[in-house]
Amino acid sequence: MKSIRDYSSGSALENVNKAIAEAKADVDFHSLLCLTEERAIARAKKLDDGGKKGRLHGVPFVVKDNFLAFGGPTTAASKMLENFNAPLQATAVERLEAEGAICIGKANLDAFAHGGSTENSAFGPTKNAIDKSRVAGGSSGGSAVSVALGIVPFALGSDTGGSIRQPASFNGVVGVKPTYGTVSRYGVVAMASSTDTIGCFASNAADANLVMEIMSGQDRKDMTTLPDFWRDDYAFTKKKVGVIKPFMSDSVDIEVVSRVREYIEKLQGLGYEAEEVDLPMAKYSLGMYYIVTPAEIMSNLARYDGIRYGHRSKEAKNLGEVYTKSRAEGFEAENKRRIMIGSFVLSSGFFDAYYLKAQKARTLLVNEFRELFKQYDVLVGPVAPTPAFKLGENTTDPIKMYLADVMTVPASMAGLPAISVPAGVTQQGLPVGAQLIGDYTSDRALLELAEQVEGVI
Amino acid sequence: MKQSASDSQYLAGLSGLALSDAETQALGTDIDNIITYITMLDELDVAGVEPTYQVTDLENVWRKDEVIDGGVTREQLLSLAPETLENQVKVPQVL
Repeated sequence: MKSIRDYSSGSALENVNKAIAEAKADVDFHSLLCLTEERAIARAKKLDDGGKKGRLHGVPFVVKDNFLAFGGPTTAASKMLENFNAPLQATAVERLEAEGAICIGKANLDAFAHGGSTENSAFGPTKNAIDKSRVAGGSSGGSAVSVALGIVPFALGSDTGGSIRQPASFNGVVGVKPTYGTVSRYGVVAMASSTDTIGCFASNAADANLVMEIMSGQDRKDMTTLPDFWRDDYAFTKKKVGVIKPFMSDSVDIEVVSRVREYIEKLQGLGYEAEEVDLPMAKYSLGMYYIVTPAEIMSNLARYDGIRYGHRSKEAKNLGEVYTKSRAEGFEAENKRRIMIGSFVLSSGFFDAYYLKAQKARTLLVNEFRELFKQYDVLVGPVAPTPAFKLGENTTDPIKMYLADVMTVPASMAGLPAISVPAGVTQQGLPVGAQLIGDYTSDRALLELAEQVEGVI
Repeated sequence: MKQSASDSQYLAGLSGLALSDAETQALGTDIDNIITYITMLDELDVAGVEPTYQVTDLENVWRKDEVIDGGVTREQLLSLAPETLENQVKVPQVL
């Protein structure tokens, strides 16, 4: 893997050429849907011509292909947007480019970021960076694998219910899902508006910290962004971590639990006291998530109607068919499943029993977290119940696939920052991630803690 | 709450999806299972609990009522449409 520091000596053009060569050598992992080679080289040459050097001067990166970015189509890994050439760039991409970073490609994902394995991509799955017979995780699988393979030192992703943390865990890289509202979502294909967050992957916590600092802060184009807090003083003063008991149970892979326990020992070595804590609402989080998220997906994906942009069915004979056939042809099965569940939970007669109830349950979850953060700086547990599973293993059973998110959705539903950090490997050599969940706006402190642990031998 | 095939046909209609019979059947089965799963929330007592729709307590974020250049032209937006005619997006006949 590469770190940002590795790119400080070369010219921007050398860095870009190196990254593109790496990407081409690793093409069978299918981590990238396209290279934005021409634009990247042009930008590199321009940067090499002089001018102010930004903090990411000449550093190559890739974006998940649900970020609008120039140089290639933004497909969201769907047939719906297969030929969509964005007329603007995401704020996150603009901010990184303003610091001299160069986007060299668009990374694979589950279509519209619906999934946990990148197998729902309309263009074929991404393979795990360590074991090609296994999944990359998802939905930001292509971004995680691109970092794990050393194509680029960092990559952007989006995390709605675990889509950065889980693939980070499966590929042994750092993955950051920030506090809800930290990074502008302008120019990112919307999935579920109350939990969508923008974050990144990197090989180490310090690099992730820098990338997040650059991307974070208010954006007038996204009214949900919080005032910039990244440089605010925030210190963990309680020196106590809570180990989430239900996440360390017998139903979780034993090697996953062992690696996470070893990570906790390192935290103890840094002077943190560790205590087991309960999170009774955790087991209901996935139920809440698969009510609230589909409802928001159904609303957000209503815009894909074959009229103003995106796929239009050639079979449609009238306006109604333009909508229904374009959508049927442009969406993957998982997109349809979620849209239909959204229609169900919001439909007349079921709204109170499902959607409203889930939002009330969400309050109970938020309250449990609030109580825990009165006593603990950080909550710790695994990211996922297992290491990366085999390609095809969960594709016939949506619920089994959803269960891979069971440990990541609680922080998403509560809007809390959570990161996935490498915690070692299994006997088979498969990476395992530990998840650190912090209180609102403790993002930087979480990454600094992770950086301290990286220093522990 | 069980869904039947006819219900999944109804949901496809609400969702603006023209599905084949086989697809309706397959998605219907999945949706049944998922709805059974999410019904787990029935175990919870949420009487008197306020719903959380938004987690950061931001509300009514205002900006000045002024025109901002979005950086995108009319031509760029029109060029994204599957069909255009005389500077407008073209759709099949409605009436």
